[in-house]
Amino acid sequence: METIKLTIDNKVVEVAKGTTVLKAAKEAGIHIPTLCYLHLHDLNIENKPAGCRICVVEIEGRRNLAPSCVTECLEGMVVSTHNIRVLNARKTVLELILSDHPTDCLICAKNGNCELQTMAQEFGIRKIHYEGEQSTYREDTSPAIIRDIDKCIMCRRCEMMCNEVQTVGVLSAVNRGFMSVVAPAFERNLDHSECTYCGQCVAVCPTGALTEVDHTNNIIRALADPTKTVIVQTAPAVRAALGEEFGMEPGNLVTGKMAAALRRLGFNYVFDTDFAADLTIMEEGTELLDRLGRYLGGDTTVPLPMLTSCCPGWVSFFEHQFPEMRDIPSTARSPQQMFGAIAKTYFADKIGVKREDLVVVSIMPCLAKKYECQRDEFSTNGNPDVDFSISTRELAHLIKQSNIDFDSLPDEDFDNPLGESTGAAVIFGTTGGVIEAACRTAYEVHTGKKLEKIDFMELRGMEYIREATIDFNGLPIKIGIAHGLGNARKLLQDIKDGKSEFHAIEIMACPGGCIGGGGQPLHHGDSSIIKARQKAIYREDAGKTIRKSHENPFIVKLYEEFLGKPLSEKSHHLLHTHYFDKSKDVTVE
Amino acid sequence: MHVLVCGGTGCHASESEALLENLKTIITDKGLDNEVQVIATGCFGFCEKGPIVKIMPDNTFYTQVTPADAREIIEEHLVKGRKVNRLLYVDPENKEQIADSKHMGFYKKQLRIALRNCGFIDPENIDEYIARDGYEALAKCLTEMTPQQVTEIMKKSGLRGRGGGGFPTGLKWEITSKSVSDIKYVVCNADEGDPGAFMDRSILEGDPHSVIEAMAICGYCIGASNGLVYIRAEYPLAIDRLKTAIAQARNYGLLGNDIMGTGFSFDIELRYGAGAFVCGEETALIHSMEGLRGEPTVKPPFPSVSGYYGKPTNVNNVETFANVPVIINKGADWFASIGTEKSKGTKVFALAGKINNVGLIEVPMGTTLREVIYEIGGGIKDGKKFKAVQTGGPSGGCLTEKHLDSPIDYDNLIAAGSMMGSGGMIVMDEDDCMVSIAKFYLDFTVEESCGKCAPCRIGNKRLYEILDKLTQGNGTREDIDSLRNLGNVIKDTALCGLGQTSPNPVLSTIENFWDEYIEHVTEKKCRSGQCKSLLQYVIDAENCVGCTACARNCPVNAISGERKGIHVIDQATCIKCGACLEKCKFNAVLIK
Amino acid sequence: MGEVKSLADLRKIKEDLRAKMSLRENSNNPESLVQIKVAMATCGIASGAKQVMDFFIEELEKRNIQAVVTQTGCMGYCFAEPTVEVTLPGKDPVVYGYVDAAKADNIIEKYIKNGELVDGIIPVNYETIEKN
Repeated sequence: METIKLTIDNKVVEVAKGTTVLKAAKEAGIHIPTLCYLHLHDLNIENKPAGCRICVVEIEGRRNLAPSCVTECLEGMVVSTHNIRVLNARKTVLELILSDHPTDCLICAKNGNCELQTMAQEFGIRKIHYEGEQSTYREDTSPAIIRDIDKCIMCRRCEMMCNEVQTVGVLSAVNRGFMSVVAPAFERNLDHSECTYCGQCVAVCPTGALTEVDHTNNIIRALADPTKTVIVQTAPAVRAALGEEFGMEPGNLVTGKMAAALRRLGFNYVFDTDFAADLTIMEEGTELLDRLGRYLGGDTTVPLPMLTSCCPGWVSFFEHQFPEMRDIPSTARSPQQMFGAIAKTYFADKIGVKREDLVVVSIMPCLAKKYECQRDEFSTNGNPDVDFSISTRELAHLIKQSNIDFDSLPDEDFDNPLGESTGAAVIFGTTGGVIEAACRTAYEVHTGKKLEKIDFMELRGMEYIREATIDFNGLPIKIGIAHGLGNARKLLQDIKDGKSEFHAIEIMACPGGCIGGGGQPLHHGDSSIIKARQKAIYREDAGKTIRKSHENPFIVKLYEEFLGKPLSEKSHHLLHTHYFDKSKDVTVE
Repeated sequence: MHVLVCGGTGCHASESEALLENLKTIITDKGLDNEVQVIATGCFGFCEKGPIVKIMPDNTFYTQVTPADAREIIEEHLVKGRKVNRLLYVDPENKEQIADSKHMGFYKKQLRIALRNCGFIDPENIDEYIARDGYEALAKCLTEMTPQQVTEIMKKSGLRGRGGGGFPTGLKWEITSKSVSDIKYVVCNADEGDPGAFMDRSILEGDPHSVIEAMAICGYCIGASNGLVYIRAEYPLAIDRLKTAIAQARNYGLLGNDIMGTGFSFDIELRYGAGAFVCGEETALIHSMEGLRGEPTVKPPFPSVSGYYGKPTNVNNVETFANVPVIINKGADWFASIGTEKSKGTKVFALAGKINNVGLIEVPMGTTLREVIYEIGGGIKDGKKFKAVQTGGPSGGCLTEKHLDSPIDYDNLIAAGSMMGSGGMIVMDEDDCMVSIAKFYLDFTVEESCGKCAPCRIGNKRLYEILDKLTQGNGTREDIDSLRNLGNVIKDTALCGLGQTSPNPVLSTIENFWDEYIEHVTEKKCRSGQCKSLLQYVIDAENCVGCTACARNCPVNAISGERKGIHVIDQATCIKCGACLEKCKFNAVLIK
Repeated sequence: MGEVKSLADLRKIKEDLRAKMSLRENSNNPESLVQIKVAMATCGIASGAKQVMDFFIEELEKRNIQAVVTQTGCMGYCFAEPTVEVTLPGKDPVVYGYVDAAKADNIIEKYIKNGELVDGIIPVNYETIEKN
């Protein structure tokens, strides 16, 4: 490897050729502040438009200060990262950014969690010397995401996520100069665009410009209503991240504390989306075997590969971008919606509560779930199967507001019957998990044999597109996995071009899967957090006594008492769905 | 015989009208009016020595002619055929009297290289271009020279980019030629956007083939067969002429496949810009051509290495290209003999502002601002006093009296706090307020900022706001410090050339017109009277008769006073509408 | 004119054209044509150069004067648009500024017909490069 020697703050540093000054400084223990720059190392995502100009440094012999995030080290370079010229420039630029930013920090959704706020604090800003007009833009509220563009600092992270990573192409810079904002084309609102509500823009927004639609107050109201029975379901990825909101190390599993906290919040029943994940495997796994069986039986009209359908961001994506292929994904509803449908029928009957009096709340690592539960097809007589979906972040706020000392809570269990789950369900929270869970069940159902090795290591990892062939007792099943919609697009394009050889593909909209979802605690550019959550998920799986969905006793009971068998008529009615062509839903107001 | 009398404004101010009358009267008196005609002409561009009289057909050139000289000119020159020596122009260098205007130095003040065919040939007729050596340079390159030899000539000529940056053209070609790629591009930057500048438009309208030929030469040199002209859509005539010229060149086989049987192929397409100033920046221009948002990206990578769709791309401006065929034809040494040590050749300027001969000029590098303004531009309008000249458009600075005699070249202008820019040159006189001028340019930059980097997007807006505050009379001494600090930080930190140079008008006016800034904040005074808010209407006690007309007409009741007593305007209430001034019949209302 | 296939081709075409053009430009032959060039860049057109050009074309024909009226680019005298360069056979070109229909009429009647200069001459104040 070719190396380069340079001097940074009087320190001689040797780095690989091609290293930026920012990275070289970091290696030398010098932390140059950054704002627009974002590097999710483990996910290979980088945003460096060099627009904020906070990371500027002085390089001897250059007329202007250089943005360290994009300036490559050269042999013999002499860099100064904190002399008076640099400090003054940096502080002045920060003051400029602050001068065009509302100072309503106290009541901002990002209060305490805002990178701009932190920077102002670290820089010791006490006065803004350059006050003037602030650029304003109308607020845009969609089912899942609020855009408060007055707080946009044009870091363009959201734009990069939306275009380069997700290839959804909704957000881009519009207007010019002082009036520049990041917005959908033709200044449409999000709900009139191709937005999938994946929430990756929210996940990377350094300020309060992009936030989730907050439903915590609806939940407080529902809990306070004596006529309502309020039940809650928690998605697998939440337990691997919620602890971060309470200062715990990333990767801490807080399943038991979370259940305890929810009980203290006053939910009548604390259930688990994992239960519904097991149910999903029953339906989706059976559907896969059914399609494969028909295909192997010579029916060439069977749509293959079958694509997973538990991710609502992904569902919106193909409805908008590949509507002609909407017969390929599994018709199985997502776990959130399966849970809602079962809760408002089977469970409501069981406890003798009318559908209207049962409020189903979901805790999700996801913002698209907010949109999903509002879809028309998931309600009966105007009453939705899932009433409110809140994010991991919102749950943390709710717990804090309710004076619950999360740290000191005991571990508690979920309630039954909808709280029991298997290890197969919990791995839904990471990329590769759904398909692994499906394989565990499908293998045993298909072969009638017991799995020797439950861990399908070949399906795990963080690479964006993975593939593996699983031997179903002589029948090689080709599995594809993609996370991040841009990678999903590649696999979809292959299918469209007739080049795909997969039998089944798992797709998750967010990089990393649900552990990296748009509703999770903010990673602030540290992708090791997402890796730590993934490890936690697999740890939870390994620690479960039952690790295959079809062995979940309450699932077995549910089929016996209520559904009959997978893909039964009742299942079709309650647990399956259909998709729409939304390519024409994009309108200009 | 013809007697030509300069009727330009400069000469007009120095009694040319009386001179004209005298000449006519005396000629009639002497009965010469059938043989001699007296003609008033436009400006000779030599106002410093005006009034000017020229006798045709012998081209005798008299300077500083007074009305009293009329008789002598007629009696001596017209009647007796003897030149009036004392009125002849004296060459300042060798002190010789020069009679024939064609040999006078000031005629050589302008040298047209880039504009050689503008106003001379029919731009829609390729034959006329060919008759003027057109496509000879391309033919020479293709048949007699290697690409390396062409690069060498370009390097040796010393030609630097005329778009403003002044990067050596030959070096750019060399870098692009050394970039290894299957496809390369030659891009002509015709996104001229400085306020008041129209050099490139004029070249494309007057001589489109010179640009086409140069692009093909560049293509041969760097190994590209695709040319693109990025031109703003609001230049419809230039687009038309360029399209016609491209079609003609294709018909003649001077564009297309296998040009002149040499195996070299090259063709040109047009790309239209929507008129964003920042798209003149080469990376922003390339992004715009790619269909992306027109905003710059950090260099390196330079377009020469990774440009249009990631391919090596050589971007030169229109005027730069227009010089190329001449350099090939007449040689690098010839070109390098013109101009100064580090800036070779000529530069086209669009002269505008408070100057008599608004127009397009081309002068050798090293010409002084004084020569441009007084000898070519015909001096300041209405005989007013010169105050400043803005070069480099919104990226440049305001230069003053003290810079008038320094030779114009890239380095001198930067040293003086301005820059060459693409060639806009706006002249200001004593009626211009320098704070307002700075504000005008900032208004432009704020409008044209792409919004990508914070210093330019927000910083320039703040500069504008502070300047506005100053012109409203609300500025403080600290505001001037803020302007300076902010200006320097923007220069230091902005992403692209637009942002890095945008504070120049502010910084250079603060530097050169410090007193005016101070007056605006401490005395709340604008000496040129342009800042309306700083005007004060006062009543002159000597003239006021107490008629009450002003008080009755004041819409805000700012004027008090007894009938037949002296009236007073309350400055705090006054809205400076001017109604009192208009109504006062006794000239008692004054503006201070 | 056919395709230019070689340098020799180009040179030959040039010589032919040059002869033709110089006939127009520099001939002392009094029978040769009057040449009128109207500056038709954006600045000129905006000031009415098109109308002036049309006027010359129509009026010269009506008044039976043999002349070539062509358009050209910007002469640089934007302050005095429209500008028109008139070259009488055997004489130096003369540039007139601020030309409107009345002025054009004046130019035809006085200068073109009788060689009398009229008001509004713009003195040429530049050098251009020599031809090879």
